[in-house]
Amino acid sequence: MRGDAGFPIRIAFTKQGKVRFISHRDVARAFERAFRIEQLPLAFTLGFSPRPKVSFGLALSVGHESDAEYLDLELAEPVAVEPLAAAISAALPEGIHVFDVVALADRAPALQEAVTLVEWNIEVVPGAAQESGVIDASPEPVAARVAAVLGSDTLVVDRVRKGKTTQEDIRPVIRRITVLGASEQGTLTTVELSTHPTSVRPAELVAVIGQEFCEGRVRRTRQWIERDGERLDPLAADPRIALEARAS
Amino acid sequence: MTSLWPRIEPLLAGVEKPARYIGMERGSRSPHHGPGAVSWLLVYPDTYEIGLPNQGLQILYEILNERPDAAAERSYAPWLDLAAALREHAVPLFSVDTHRPAADFDIVAFNLSAELVYTNLLECLDLAGIPVRGSQRDEDHPVVVAGGHCTFNPEPMTDFVDAFVIGDGEEPVGEMTECIGDWKRAGRPGGRTGMLRALAAVPGVYVPSMYDVEYDGPALRSVTPRFNDVPSVVEKRTVADLAEWPYPKEQLVPLIEVVHDRLNVELFRGCTRGCRFCQAGMITRPVRERPADQVRAMVEAGLARTGYDEVALTSLSSADFSGIDSLVSDLVNDQVGCGNVGVSLPSLRVDAFTVGIASEIQKVRRTGLTFAPEGGSWRLRQVINKLITEEDLYAAVEGAYSQGWRRVKLYFLVGLPTEMDEDTLGIAELARNVVKIGKQHTKQASCTVSVGGFVPKAHTPFQWFGQNGISELRRKITMLRDDLKKTAAQVRWHDPEATFAEGIASRGDRRIGAVIERVWRAGGTFQEWSEHFQLGRWTDAMAAEGLDPDWYVTRHRTEDEVLPWDHIAAGLHRDFLWQDWQSSLAAHGLPDCRWTPCYDCGVCTDYALEHVVAAAVPPAGGSQGTGQDLSNGGAVPVVLSPTRIAAS
Ligand code: SF4
Repeated sequence: MRGDAGFPIRIAFTKQGKVRFISHRDVARAFERAFRIEQLPLAFTLGFSPRPKVSFGLALSVGHESDAEYLDLELAEPVAVEPLAAAISAALPEGIHVFDVVALADRAPALQEAVTLVEWNIEVVPGAAQESGVIDASPEPVAARVAAVLGSDTLVVDRVRKGKTTQEDIRPVIRRITVLGASEQGTLTTVELSTHPTSVRPAELVAVIGQEFCEGRVRRTRQWIERDGERLDPLAADPRIALEARAS
Repeated sequence: MTSLWPRIEPLLAGVEKPARYIGMERGSRSPHHGPGAVSWLLVYPDTYEIGLPNQGLQILYEILNERPDAAAERSYAPWLDLAAALREHAVPLFSVDTHRPAADFDIVAFNLSAELVYTNLLECLDLAGIPVRGSQRDEDHPVVVAGGHCTFNPEPMTDFVDAFVIGDGEEPVGEMTECIGDWKRAGRPGGRTGMLRALAAVPGVYVPSMYDVEYDGPALRSVTPRFNDVPSVVEKRTVADLAEWPYPKEQLVPLIEVVHDRLNVELFRGCTRGCRFCQAGMITRPVRERPADQVRAMVEAGLARTGYDEVALTSLSSADFSGIDSLVSDLVNDQVGCGNVGVSLPSLRVDAFTVGIASEIQKVRRTGLTFAPEGGSWRLRQVINKLITEEDLYAAVEGAYSQGWRRVKLYFLVGLPTEMDEDTLGIAELARNVVKIGKQHTKQASCTVSVGGFVPKAHTPFQWFGQNGISELRRKITMLRDDLKKTAAQVRWHDPEATFAEGIASRGDRRIGAVIERVWRAGGTFQEWSEHFQLGRWTDAMAAEGLDPDWYVTRHRTEDEVLPWDHIAAGLHRDFLWQDWQSSLAAHGLPDCRWTPCYDCGVCTDYALEHVVAAAVPPAGGSQGTGQDLSNGGAVPVVLSPTRIAAS
C-alpha cells in the first residue's frame, strides 16, 4: 500500500513530560488534527469513512516517555520536508516535539516490522512494601540481580495470550542491561531489548530483575532497524533518494 | 507558583485515564494570577470526558481570561480512584491548567446541568479542603458559586452554594469579578457577609443566605429577603443578542476522547416550540439566533484552529434555524479544512424536511437517525405540546429508510400528565409501524425505542404535576416491553429508581440539602452512573431527615401553593404557566410564538426582549399539528389554542 497513492514521509518525535499520560491512540488523533491544522496534502484510505494513511511504529504505554518515536504518513503530493518538523510541532501538544521529517522510499518496510531493537532508560524502584521489611532498590543490590539475569541461559516467564497461559523464554531478547547509578527513588538502568521473536515490556523486565521491584520512570531512548548486521536509524534506513535528487 | 503537579504526578501512575488530570488542551490557558486579578476556578462536577465539552464553561473560561482583572482555570470531578488517592496522600483538588490548589482561588464556580451531580459538588469542595456548608466558611475560603439550568430551582443546594447565577452567565461573571475585586481592594469591608451582600446586588445573582425561609408544617410558607437592598425576586439574565458573543473563539481540543468530540458552534439559544415538559425550552426564551454569516465564520475559523473533521451546529432544535438548509449546504460544499469535514445536527425535528437536511450532510455512513416524538399518541402529544402528527413521524421515517439509513432511534417519555395505558401502548404501535416502513426498504431495518421517566421541572407548566412513582413507571415500561416482544424493535429504558431520586432534587426545597449531604457522606458520588447509584442512600437520607419522599416527588401541587423557586424568575408569568397547565390537561396545543402572535408568556414583555430571528416564516417541514402543508416553508400556521391567557 505504501507509496501507491503518493509520497510517504517518516516523522520522528518525542513524547515527554505530562503528555506521557495520553495513550497511543490519543497521540495518533493529535497527529491527525495537527496534519489538518497545517493543511498537509493528505492521502486518504478508500471506503465509507476515509482516513489519512498513517502508520505508527511500536506502541508506547501510557505513562512511558520517549525520545524516539516514529510514524509514517502518506501525502498526496510531494512537499518540501525541511519546514515540516517545526510546523507540525507547533500544532501538537507540549511534549510531543517533531525533531525530524524525511521523505521515505516507496514500499519501505512498515515500522512495526522493521524496528527490531529498542533502547530504554528504566528506573528500578521498590515495589509495594511487604511485611518482610524495607525493599532496597539502590544500585548495589540491583546490579547484583542484573548480573544474575545476564548470567542465566534461560528466563522463562508466564505469558497470558487470549486467556491462555503459555511459557516463554525471554532471555534471548535481552541484549544489554547497564546499571547507570542511583536515582531519586531507586536505580537507573539502560537496557536494549529486541522486538523479535517476542517482545518484553519494561515492567516484565523489572519483575525478572527482582519480583520486589517496580518500574519507576521509563523512557524509550532509541529505536533501531537492524539489517544485514548493521544498526540503522529509522530516519536513515529507507530514504527517498529519487525525490531528493529531483528536488536538488 | 503554587503548582501541586509534583505531588499529583506520582498518583497518576495508579489511576484510570491519567490524562484526565493533565490539562494541556489546545486552547487552554495558564493565566497570570496577579494580586489585582480575581481568580475563578470553573468546575464541572462530573468526569473530564463529560465536562470538558461543556460550552457554557468554555465560554466563561474565555470571557474571564480576556479580562485584565480576572484569571480563570478549570477542574473536573476526579474519578473515584484519584479521589481516594488524593485523600490518602492529603493532596487537595486542583485546577487542570496550572495544577493550583482549588482553595487558592477567589471563586470556585460549578456548572450544574443535572440534579444527580449535586453530590459531586460536595465531593469536590471536600477534596478542595473547603467546608461543604456555606455557613462554616470564613473570609479566607473561596466564594462557592453555581450556574447552569439546575439553578432555576437552587433551593436544594443553598446549604452549599454561596451565590447562584440565574440565566446566561456572560454578563454577570464580569460584574461579579468587579464586585469581588472592589471588595478586596477596599479591605474586605463587612468580611464574608459584606461581600455576599454586595454580590446579592448584582442582577441575576441569588445569595441564599440573605433570605429567611418559613415553613408551615411540610409546606413552604415564604422565602423573604432579610435586607431591603436584597431583591425579593431574582430575575434571570439574558444575552439579548448572540452576535455580540461569538464564543468560544478558541474551543478546547482535548487530548483524550470526550463526549461531543468535535467543533461545536451554537446556532441559537431559546426555543418557543413550547414543549411543556422541557425546562431548557422554557427558561431560555426568547429565541436568539446567531447571524448565519457569523456561524459560517466561526465554523471556518474553528476547523482551521482545532484540526477537527466534524462540526456540530448546536441548539435546542437546529432545524428551526432560519435558512438552515442553505447554511448546511454551504458548509458541506465549501471545502473548509482539509476536506472530508462532517456536519452534524443534534436534536433533529421529526419531519421529512429535517431528514432531507440530514441526508445532505450524511452523504456516507448512514447508520442511525434519532427522533423524539416523546409521547405515544396524538392526544398525549397535544397534552405535552409536542405537536408532531403520526404523518410527520412516518414521513420522517420513510425519508430516513428510503435514503439509506437502517436504524431509527425513537425517544419517548413515560409518566407524563394524563397518560393512560393506551398512550403507552401507542409507543409500541408507532414502533411497529416504523419497523414496517423500514422493512419495505431494507431487511436490516431496526428501530430502538428509548424510554425515560418524566421528572417535572421548575418553571414549566408541569411544575405542579405529581411525578409517577417507581412502581408505576416500572409497570408501564414492562407493559411496553411485553408488547414489543418478538418485534424488530428494541426497548431501552432509564432506571425508574434514578428517576425518583432526580425527582427529589428537582423540586426540592432547602430541607433537601441535608438529604444531599447524607447521600454524599454515605459515599453516593457519581449518581448518574448507574453502577454507583443506590436508591437506598436517598430513601435512608429522607427518612433520617424525617421527610416524606412522596410529598416531594409524586404529589400534585395546587395553584396557591408556594413553590420553592417562586423567588427565582425565568420571566415566565406564573399565570401563564398555570393557564398552560390547564390547557395541557384539556389537550390543547399552543403555537410557536416565533411565527404567530405573542401570547405574552412574560419573557419578552417583562425584560424588553425580542426574538432575534432572520426569517419571519416557519421553516419548511412539519405541519406542527395544524394539518397545513408546509413542505416548502410557509405562511403562519393557524392558532391552535382556543383558550386565551386570562389577563392578569
Ligand atoms: S413574550 Fe410572547 S413572543 Fe416572547 S416568548 Fe413569550 S409568548 Fe413568545
